[in-house]
Amino acid sequence: MTITVGVAQFLYFLCLFSLVDKDVMYICPFNGALKGKVFITNFRLMEPDSTFTLDVPLSVISRIEKMGGASSRGENSYGLDITCKDMRNLRFALKQEGHSRRDIFGELFKYAFPLSHGLPLFAFLSQEKFEENGWNIYKPMDEFRRQGLPNERWRISFINSTYELCDTYPTILVVPFKATEEDLRRVATFRSRCRIPVLSWIHRENQAVIMRCSQPLVGMSGKRNKDDERYLDIIREANGTPKLTIYDARPNVNAVANKATGGGYEGEDAYQNAELVFLDIHNIHVMRESLKKLKDIVYPNVEESHWLSSLESTHWLEHIKLVLSGAIQVADKVSSGNSVVVHCSDGWDRTAQLTSLAMLMLDSYYRTLRGFQVLLEKEWISFGHKFASRIGHGDKNHADQDRSPIFLQFIDCVWQMTKQFPTAFEFNEHFLIVVLDHLYSCRFGTFLYNCESIRDSHNVRTKTVSLWSLINSSTTSYVNPFFTPESSRVLYPVASMRHLELWVNYYIRWNPRIRHQQSPVEQRYKELLALRDQYLKKLEELQLSDSTHMTNSSTPNAASPNQHITHLQTPF
Amino acid sequence: MLSLGGGGAKSTKPSFVSYVTPEVLSPRLDWEDFDEERNPVLKHTQDDLSQRGIFGTLLCTNFRVSFVSDETPLEEMTQHFKNKLYGENDIPLMCVDNIYGVYDEKKKLITKGMLKNKCPSKMIIHCKDLRVFQFCLTYTKEEDAKKIFQGIAHHCLEPKSLKCVFAFSYAASSSPEVQRSQRTVMFDSKEDWTQEMKRTKANLRIVGYNFWMKYGCAMFKASTLPVPQEDGLMQGYMERMLHAVAHTHLYSLKLEDLSETLPTIQDIQQSYNKFKQFFLIDNSTDFWVSDVKWFSTLENTGWLDIIRQCLQKAVEVVECLEKENTNVLIMEEEGSDLCCVISSLVQIMLDPHFRTLTGFQGLVQKEWVAGCHAFLDRCNHLYQKDKECHSPSPVFLLFLECVWQMVQQHSPAFQFSETYLTVLSDSIHVPIFSTFLFNSAYQRESTMKAEAQHLQRGPLNCPAVWDWSVQFDCKAQELFINPLYADKLKQDKAIRKVPRAKHQRQLSLPSSAFKTPPKKGFFKDETESLKKMLRVKRISRWMASPDSPAAATREFYETWQRRPLDYHGLLLPCLDGPAMRLWMQRYLRWIPEVQILGGGPVAITSMLAELLSQVQDLRRELDMRSCWETEAESLQLRPGPLALTRTSLRLSSSFPFASNRNWTFKPAIPTSLLQSLMVTDRLASQEDETNEVISLV
Repeated sequence: MTITVGVAQFLYFLCLFSLVDKDVMYICPFNGALKGKVFITNFRLMEPDSTFTLDVPLSVISRIEKMGGASSRGENSYGLDITCKDMRNLRFALKQEGHSRRDIFGELFKYAFPLSHGLPLFAFLSQEKFEENGWNIYKPMDEFRRQGLPNERWRISFINSTYELCDTYPTILVVPFKATEEDLRRVATFRSRCRIPVLSWIHRENQAVIMRCSQPLVGMSGKRNKDDERYLDIIREANGTPKLTIYDARPNVNAVANKATGGGYEGEDAYQNAELVFLDIHNIHVMRESLKKLKDIVYPNVEESHWLSSLESTHWLEHIKLVLSGAIQVADKVSSGNSVVVHCSDGWDRTAQLTSLAMLMLDSYYRTLRGFQVLLEKEWISFGHKFASRIGHGDKNHADQDRSPIFLQFIDCVWQMTKQFPTAFEFNEHFLIVVLDHLYSCRFGTFLYNCESIRDSHNVRTKTVSLWSLINSSTTSYVNPFFTPESSRVLYPVASMRHLELWVNYYIRWNPRIRHQQSPVEQRYKELLALRDQYLKKLEELQLSDSTHMTNSSTPNAASPNQHITHLQTPF
Repeated sequence: MLSLGGGGAKSTKPSFVSYVTPEVLSPRLDWEDFDEERNPVLKHTQDDLSQRGIFGTLLCTNFRVSFVSDETPLEEMTQHFKNKLYGENDIPLMCVDNIYGVYDEKKKLITKGMLKNKCPSKMIIHCKDLRVFQFCLTYTKEEDAKKIFQGIAHHCLEPKSLKCVFAFSYAASSSPEVQRSQRTVMFDSKEDWTQEMKRTKANLRIVGYNFWMKYGCAMFKASTLPVPQEDGLMQGYMERMLHAVAHTHLYSLKLEDLSETLPTIQDIQQSYNKFKQFFLIDNSTDFWVSDVKWFSTLENTGWLDIIRQCLQKAVEVVECLEKENTNVLIMEEEGSDLCCVISSLVQIMLDPHFRTLTGFQGLVQKEWVAGCHAFLDRCNHLYQKDKECHSPSPVFLLFLECVWQMVQQHSPAFQFSETYLTVLSDSIHVPIFSTFLFNSAYQRESTMKAEAQHLQRGPLNCPAVWDWSVQFDCKAQELFINPLYADKLKQDKAIRKVPRAKHQRQLSLPSSAFKTPPKKGFFKDETESLKKMLRVKRISRWMASPDSPAAATREFYETWQRRPLDYHGLLLPCLDGPAMRLWMQRYLRWIPEVQILGGGPVAITSMLAELLSQVQDLRRELDMRSCWETEAESLQLRPGPLALTRTSLRLSSSFPFASNRNWTFKPAIPTSLLQSLMVTDRLASQEDETNEVISLV
């Protein structure tokens, strides 16, 4: 039975390679050793068992190690140890006889890290078909038009259409109307990796904007650049803001330290009409270590008696708090009519977190299922968050210092917001988890590569399928039934440890002791919705039979129920 | 509203002084005596970050401290949840926890000895329901300020006698009994017990009624005995009862001495004292400073761990009853503190009846009121300083906390809501209800009788807390009902055919029956010999591995968890670290910084309630047309709770408490962020991309 299920999945994913081993023990940290078979395809690793199926996409594997050697004696001490990117480890015990381990290890290593072996990523092999083409969800021009752009103060620039100005930016940029293409080129010389300040979002009423960029190249000598200074002042002028606020996401000390490598921050005397605020968010290395600590306390077993203090010692939620409170400050500034510029060092990690979260707070469109996809496509994918480096898709170098859970941290922040405002988001928790799963899965092209220019060169849009194709072809399971659209409201979450909580359904989902049931509220609500529909239908039928009844025989009573009906139809 | 710049230093003086006559006060309880009154003071509001305030008058009666604002009350959003006895600016005297005086910017705890001292410039009152009031006395004439300060301090800090408790003057003048809509079984008569025995199909019989008088000590008014036992002299009652239990052939018996395995009531008191401090927040700065180490602070108080231990113990007892078919005798020195907690929890886990509103109230009556929990001493209603023999301890609150954990984990299993539990915990400190005023049923009857004689009138009529209409109108009471509660009838239809014989047998063991009767030393000899006798039968595990009891019940929990969840069957709590939560509604409701405007769980419960009432309207419509076939079914839908929440989108997370009028749409921006992160290793100072060099231009 289970094998047929397995086979069905093979076909579905167009299996190019498969390997089956019959005598494998999966050492489950919760249920002890389970005997079973292993199926490895170029997409996934499976161990079907009568009660239990382990199903792991190969690309989620970050590290494979051999455990035990020829001289290993103890039970189940010889096998493979697999570390995954999604908060779990797998351990398989194998028979020492034969060379089964060598084979399995070899194949796993090859297909889990295809890029290190000159093989293509799975997304390029998969030929899944969906009703909708997810690549159409984000069209930059449409999105800017939705925001009311261009207008008399802001223009669309095609200066980067061949990635000539900045190779990590998208082709279409929105810049101040008053700034010429030549100005932009000169500003680019003063910004790290030429990531000049460009518009992310504009407030429809007060015309305040969120700009994003990288750090200025001030350096040890405290260099200044008149063009950059003038450019920021043009941004300030655009809506008559008396003072432009620059949010530097980094801690003050780090910003200072960056001067040594040529970077830095906007000095007070150089930028007269700007105020600089540091948001104290730490760098990618700190975040990586924090998540590592978190994994230690939740997998395989949850720390019990000192849960809270061990959670605190990971600092994970404190980092979440800092990111959220930074975004709150940005959103608050903008909604009170002041334009802001947000940057960190390169403007693709912390900057993306801050701008996208602030936009989520300010603009209810991004809280819809499709709007959120646009937000991700825009602020993260098109503006060059380095997904390939941060996740390490298909790359064997598990200790790469560039890897960091920045996007996961952002999704966690979004989850914290959905938790605090359960009616404000059209998508549900399941949607966020699916997004995170496919962040690693390599089944879709959406999160592959570091920036648009590289994506173009690999023809990602034509050769792979978008994650949004899967999502938008059947949205029911991703929709939050409590969603109540409310357009004008700015959502300010409370960035206090009192309200922040660990996302148990994601980080501890592999632990069977944590019950993963559909939330009873949601279930009851859906039941009631169904009941309401049933009653309405019944009433309609009654109304229908009444009217026929009335035409056939003139009963005097027939009029009164009809009144009820008309009265009742209005609320629905 | 007058603003008070710089913490009260340089502000516009109030241009007028308003004296409010008692008659203006509303809602005034006409049996209150006014003692101190008429002092213009400034009450600081916590509504936003600035230290603003409202001018008004501070009054002190024999029931409450009351602040009457000079401002005409704003047309605020209709307050749905109003307590009829005291308003948002009233503090029942019994509810006052501590009073602080601010002298030259320094906060000092006011004790009895300090009354003669100089009057403080600011008075801060911490309440037992976790409200914090700050009154600035600098605008008041000095002798007035002194008078009101001393009056309040005197009323709140002096030990009192039981006779002076407000309940008696209330009972003496209150109107005849308010009708109870849903009767709570009070367990104060033999009939109630008989009824309960019938309900649980207990193999027990009820013994005589009068022995409690004879011994004049706290005992069950009516107690239950196993059937083989004959009525007789009360000497050796204990021994014979236990023998009878032990020798009942059906079950074996295990003994659990709670004093050996659970924290003492002093530990509980200490832990709660530490715990509550973190919710009594004077200002925004304190709030954000304490936010930094929030989790470890919470953990260090040990309060959540005590809750876990109690639930853990209850699960162990359930395991014995359910899995091993063994009777359990739980005991502790007085048998009326943790015994009450554990036995009530066990019954909630085993018996869905106790998860209904009336069932739960009956349970509290049975296990706590009839079970002689010393409410008067434990709540320290009389401010007795002699901690030795009155040791105060929030044992009942601990029980409510445990129940809350169950409610939030298995919401559809409970008919009552979180709000109900919060209100119940507040009501402990409202000195009107007989429920929480006495140490025993005996004390209640004798005191009431004496009081009635003293007042030369008929029997005093002291309401039980279950007469909710004394505090809330019908609309507000709807919030006590959990809209998620899964209908018993509906469920039954699905599983009607499933034989439940085994479970019935388990239900027939109300552990109350086996609870050791209380009072120090009284039965000591008997219990000692019995302990010896039973020691051999003890579950070795309880004794052998006191350090890892969690592991022991883990398997039991996991087996239960693997079965499909039946909200009307056995219910066990998950005790893993992340599952134990803070009772946010109770503890955070008055803190403005944590209020989520338009969010929080209430946002969805109110939508649910709205839909429920729509469905009910439709059902009614269909019923009216009398074409609906299944009449029996139509009776199932309960009256619509929370019909009041049509305008729900602007409710805050602290609903239905803390009505915020001054909603500035400003977010709370955390301060003191950086020192929170003790990231000092080399990683923090590293560059994001170390391996790439930024091109210098």
